[in-house]
Amino acid sequence: MNELLKLLENDARLTPEALALMLDKEVGDIRTMIDDYEREGVIVGYHTMIDWDKTDREYVTAMIEIKITPQRGRGYDHIAQKIYNYPEVETLYLMSGGFDLAVFIKGRTMREVAYFVAQKLATLEDVVSTATHFVLRKYKDNNVVYGAAPADERGNEF
Amino acid sequence: MDYEKILSRTAQEIKPSGIRKFFDLIGSMNDVIALTVGQPDFVTPWHIRVSAIESLERGNTYYTSNSGTPELRAEISAYMKRRFDLSYDPASEIIVTVGGSEAIDLTFRALLAPGDEVIVPQPAFVCYGPLASLTGATPVYIDTREEDDFRLTPEALRAAITPRTKLLVLPYPNNPTGAIMTREDLEAIAEVLEGTNILVLSDEIYGELTYGRQHCSCAAVPGLAERTILASGFSKAFAMTGWRLGYVAAPAPIFPQMLKIHQYAIMCAPTTAQFAAVEAMTAGDADVEEMRSEYNRRRRYLTAGLRSIGIGCFEAQGAFYVFPNISRFGMTSETFCERLLNEYNVAIVPGSAFGACGEGFARISYAYSVEHISRALDKIEKFTSTLG
Repeated sequence: MNELLKLLENDARLTPEALALMLDKEVGDIRTMIDDYEREGVIVGYHTMIDWDKTDREYVTAMIEIKITPQRGRGYDHIAQKIYNYPEVETLYLMSGGFDLAVFIKGRTMREVAYFVAQKLATLEDVVSTATHFVLRKYKDNNVVYGAAPADERGNEF
Repeated sequence: MDYEKILSRTAQEIKPSGIRKFFDLIGSMNDVIALTVGQPDFVTPWHIRVSAIESLERGNTYYTSNSGTPELRAEISAYMKRRFDLSYDPASEIIVTVGGSEAIDLTFRALLAPGDEVIVPQPAFVCYGPLASLTGATPVYIDTREEDDFRLTPEALRAAITPRTKLLVLPYPNNPTGAIMTREDLEAIAEVLEGTNILVLSDEIYGELTYGRQHCSCAAVPGLAERTILASGFSKAFAMTGWRLGYVAAPAPIFPQMLKIHQYAIMCAPTTAQFAAVEAMTAGDADVEEMRSEYNRRRRYLTAGLRSIGIGCFEAQGAFYVFPNISRFGMTSETFCERLLNEYNVAIVPGSAFGACGEGFARISYAYSVEHISRALDKIEKFTSTLG
């Protein structure tokens, strides 16, 4: 039920009771739906979104474009798995267009990221070339605007 | 200079909104969780804003036809047919106004003379009485009751009619109660008015925001249709409060008088807003549906939340307010709200601001996220648990 999924996507903390009220359904049905979705892999995770810039964590985020030559019989899946198995890799997409894989990595420093790309990614058998871009600022991610929260401009009137 | 003698007597006699000092208090505090506003928390959908921007880029910055662009009036007529099965001629029965507010004002000024009586069911939005009295007419307030789901009953109406009654205001869906009038309710009202010359001003600004059933317009009810002036607008349905755009649909004999006043006082409604409104009417239905669904979710959540902490709450079926009953806590609405604000930093509006019969109630707006509402409910619970 897409409405349920959209609500949870926006706020994973919504309890089955709250969802039941909002969607005019029985709590039991909501619980069953959520369990089913989790089992089927429709709901794949419940992560909290953190603006790390507001903490003292030192980090950089990089986006790496990778061109690969997929091996016969293996397609892209094999190489993709080798890459996403690295814990440094946060996100991996297979893309159309000028390159094949878009990889997002977090490291403590630019140097660390560059080292990872050079030593671990570029050396992979199927990788033809890489291009590393560093994220300067995150404006919006997963439907959430980062930075100053927009104030409620509405004054007190009727 | 003696300003009391200089300023219009009528204007001076209008009481300023009793809620002013409460709102000033809110303004002076930090970190208030407010549930007070009467406007949507949604921004006007982007495609509507783009239409306005493009109209400015094209240079559409002149006055439009007094009653509004022919295109917009045609769209309003088509919209009213499509959504509420109403038939109004764009050329001779529709004026595009500066908000629903001007539509109400025009109606009063076109119809009322000193000594006329205007029946206003309460609790209601605060503008009707003061605006009516500016014409020299007398507002006659009728109490609606929780037992009747805050609907105007035929008995109450009958009891309030006098030979001087000129106009009945029907503000449904209702601010602050969230009440609606069904077709059957309106038919009963039509019966009371039969044979009289009493007209009806139907303020249907919340007409798109009904939950569980389609809004029935006064103008769709035989017996009311021919005596109804329908005021509505774009503010609540399309989240266009700041654009100041509305419309009034009046029977053909009344229309020229209203247009005359509008021509002299206003010239035309804002041009940029009119261009945006055409886009809203032609392509905005999906946005309205989405906002309505979201309001409905919040309505259920808030109503259940209040009831679960022991606060009785009538089932609102329209607008975006609930009107819980706080009389069991043994204090006036104003005191309840002031204490809730001062001690727990939550702001809701005392029901008494909307009429004497609003005493014992409070208005809580759900033009806010579920999260915001949830935090407010937690604090309200803390407050009421200390009251026993």
